[in-house]
Amino acid sequence: MSAVVFARHAMTPAERLRDAGWVAFVGLILGIPLVGLTTVDVGGRLGVETRFGLLVAAVAAVFAGRLLLRWSIDQARNRKLARDQASTATAADRAHGAQKVVTVLGWVALGASIALPIFYSDNRYVVDTATTVLIYVMLGWGLNVVVGLAGLLDLGYVAFYAVGAYSYALLSTQFGWSFWEALPVSGALAATFGILLGYPILRLRGDYLAIVTLGFGEIIRIILVNWTEFSGGPNGISSIPRPSFFGLEFTRSAPEGSQTFAGFFGLDFSPMHRLIFLYYLILVLALLTHAFVSRLRKLPVGRAWEALREDEIACKAMGMNTTNIKLSAFAIGAMLGGFAGVFFAARQGFISPESFVFTESAIILAIVVLGGMGSQMGVVLAATLLVLIPEFGRNFAEYRMLLFGLAMVLIMVWKPGGLLAHREPTLRLNPLGKAASNKEAA
Amino acid sequence: MSKTPTSTLLSVRNLTMRFGGLTAIDDLSLEVPAGRITGIIGPNGAGKTTLFNCLTGFYKPTTGTLRLAHPSHGEMRLEALPSHRVARDAQVVRTFQNIRLFPKMTVLENLIVAQHNVLQRASKFSIAGLFSLPGYRQAEKNAIERAAMWLERLKLTHLADHAAGDLPYGIQRRIEIARALCVDPVLLCLDEPAAGLNPRESAELNELLLYLCGELGIAILLIEHDMSVVMNVSDHIGVISYGRKIAEGTPEQVKNDPQVIKAYLGEDEEEGEAAA
Amino acid sequence: MAYALQQLINGLTLGAMYGLIAIGYTMVYGIIGMINFAHGDIFMVSAFIAVTAFTILAAADVTSIPLALTFVLIVSIFFTSAYGWAVERTAYRPLRGSTRLAPLISAIGMSIFLQNAVQLTQGARVKPIPPVLEGGVVLWDAPGFTVQIGWSQMLIIVTTVVLMLAFTWMITQTPFGRQQRACEQDRTMASLLGVNVDRTISFTFMLGAALAAVAGVMVTVYYGVVDFFIGFLAGIKAFTAAVLGGIGSLPGAMLGGLLIGLIESFWAAYLWAEYKDVATFGILCLVLMLRPSGLLGRPEVEKV
Repeated sequence: MSAVVFARHAMTPAERLRDAGWVAFVGLILGIPLVGLTTVDVGGRLGVETRFGLLVAAVAAVFAGRLLLRWSIDQARNRKLARDQASTATAADRAHGAQKVVTVLGWVALGASIALPIFYSDNRYVVDTATTVLIYVMLGWGLNVVVGLAGLLDLGYVAFYAVGAYSYALLSTQFGWSFWEALPVSGALAATFGILLGYPILRLRGDYLAIVTLGFGEIIRIILVNWTEFSGGPNGISSIPRPSFFGLEFTRSAPEGSQTFAGFFGLDFSPMHRLIFLYYLILVLALLTHAFVSRLRKLPVGRAWEALREDEIACKAMGMNTTNIKLSAFAIGAMLGGFAGVFFAARQGFISPESFVFTESAIILAIVVLGGMGSQMGVVLAATLLVLIPEFGRNFAEYRMLLFGLAMVLIMVWKPGGLLAHREPTLRLNPLGKAASNKEAA
Repeated sequence: MSKTPTSTLLSVRNLTMRFGGLTAIDDLSLEVPAGRITGIIGPNGAGKTTLFNCLTGFYKPTTGTLRLAHPSHGEMRLEALPSHRVARDAQVVRTFQNIRLFPKMTVLENLIVAQHNVLQRASKFSIAGLFSLPGYRQAEKNAIERAAMWLERLKLTHLADHAAGDLPYGIQRRIEIARALCVDPVLLCLDEPAAGLNPRESAELNELLLYLCGELGIAILLIEHDMSVVMNVSDHIGVISYGRKIAEGTPEQVKNDPQVIKAYLGEDEEEGEAAA
Repeated sequence: MAYALQQLINGLTLGAMYGLIAIGYTMVYGIIGMINFAHGDIFMVSAFIAVTAFTILAAADVTSIPLALTFVLIVSIFFTSAYGWAVERTAYRPLRGSTRLAPLISAIGMSIFLQNAVQLTQGARVKPIPPVLEGGVVLWDAPGFTVQIGWSQMLIIVTTVVLMLAFTWMITQTPFGRQQRACEQDRTMASLLGVNVDRTISFTFMLGAALAAVAGVMVTVYYGVVDFFIGFLAGIKAFTAAVLGGIGSLPGAMLGGLLIGLIESFWAAYLWAEYKDVATFGILCLVLMLRPSGLLGRPEVEKV
């Protein structure tokens, strides 16, 4: 149906101009109240300020931008048409080819991420940003279980991230637990929260589920803000111990009876050691997550998640207990989010409810959907994009979230199925290649 | 076509299903013999699919009982079971009028998902699966073999690795039957399996149903509008109209039943009043 | 008792505003089955437009309150509807017929975009306007506590009631309402019968935005301050209201809005003010567990 509704022919130059003019006119209307006019504080009272120059510039920019956009869309379409006619490859062949490219890219990305700290060993900013990307990759992979595989729309994923982070923060500051002791416990705690949330809302349909999970995320945040004795309130929890490298601390001087990392390996102390260690730590955690989720996907439980996403009623008719399947998705997604939270707390050394607002959930969800539901590599791609877009925008810092929102809309409109929409089967009857060349299908 | 009498597999007693003021099934009683094909026919909106939904646990009947004489578990009351247990424990498996496959998954995956419970047990809460222990590997191999067997039987092998949703309608119907067979049914409930099939495909369906029932002894309950299918394969036919059973018998008997003809062809005003 | 009565009035006022916003959610959900996440921000935009309009009037020395209110309402409704239209056209229409999640992500992106656009163009600071409607009627001068209904509260409640009546009339009696309901029930069939589905959907968005604009003006009048972040919480609460009432149902949205408003003000007055949002969401969860399709939503028989 969409093909019929949105089929557009290539435009003539006159049509393009008219189209751009129309868009610019809409831009003008929309621009008048927000761009053309603003209120400013004049001696304690508001006064109106006009900015018609800015408005005209903005409308002109919209006009030019639309013209360019239409033109490039038509160009791209023509090129694609020509390519489709030239090549005789079937859809299956092309998907197969695309899958190969993705696999190669995956290995390249893995190599690059292992090598990155070696090349940037004295660039704090790059290592830090790469660590942030990996946190989001890990969160994306966790949420991918719930949304991408099981098809359960979760808008409150950040709650589990918060549970993990606060568990570690409290266990370490109050009871002196180490990172490695707290990690499994915090993960288990997050999983328990996943089940606690999941159980009462199993019956809910997609969008109701979305709003209840959103509410759950907000409830957790509000409790963290207000229950000061427990969570430190808006001030959060600070001086959370950093993880050590098998007992070796990343400090200039070690406390009595222990050694520092630099001292043990006979290196000069550098604050970069810790950053690079943290980077590799999250890389390992993320890769473990990846291995875990990829393996689960090929197990009965993973296939059941995907089947649940495709058709819940058919699942029941096949004798599947959809309650357990949903709960397992919630629990495992929550656990992975909890792990990421533990790492986050350990890396920052300080956490507050500020870090666990709805926007975070939205960003993680966007990573999953932009990446292509259920696609592990898509998550990597989308996480990298979404972390880097605001970073590139840092030069004009105040525009970064604006660009972020705009990018979300544009990518979605451009590729509604996500960047990597291809789904690789979990098992095959005929080995690859043979299946693709089998032309009996049509 | 005469067969030796067999025991009753499923007995529907005084089944009533109401939605608010609407009575979709009204005091319906029906026997489904083991190892036979039982056809259910009736005009659109007669309550056939509702009967299936009650049978497979998707609806809770307002009143009435559904007793299944399960060959290994003894008597089971289907109306008391949730839908997934009807399929898993009672092994009463259905297909859907508007095909419900897992469209993005491949045909093979669809058939493997149907064996979820067996595999899940073998994967020991996924632990054996995660480490790919021999027990799980064997179970997975068996499941694939079983799926391959049904694919072969239903001539679907060459499509095994295609996304199910991309395939033509007639083939999707067959996939759905293959998937249901992978659940290992005692009673297979088919909701209009011939809808949208061409005559050749219908003939193949006939052959398949006779094979399932004759060779494998699977009892089949069949809702169908395509008379070339129902009349040719059914051992016994029940006719439903407005939620009530109006006739029952062999295809021959049903074909000539005046009530059935009336329900299908309509009737004149006076006759209708006279009959009422 | 007097205190409770005052909370009732405050709660109804708050609820009326939530209800107005909730209608936008519920209508859009009814017709295209998506959560228009940017709706709360449309409401926020309308509040900023109202602030600008009030400031212009103040600069022009307009003192007649009815005249000022009418002007501000018209201006705000006009521009906000344009925003509603544009959001649908750019972010949602290209995604019609794709997966269910795609428009939701696009909507979240749009919400972030609008918030930041307003922050950039209008500033991040809170915008206060001088009080438009001061004073009110003392209802009950109980010992120790005076129950009062403010003029602005009265305005909000009366406007909402009038709008609801007009709205119900429009949906049930006019050709547009008929087309709207037709699209809601079966879009494909409606288009086959000659209903211009695209236009109907566009109009639905504009209508939702117009109601949000009214709410935006009311909030500006009632609270006198506006900032770029008000859309988020108001949006979520209004959506909660729509779900609570049964999404897709117009009276349900209003009922849900009123309930949320009442719960919030009573909870804040008698229990812990800081946990009032927890109460809102908690009750939402409870209602959905007991009645998964909301209070007035038609219970959905599982279609098999």
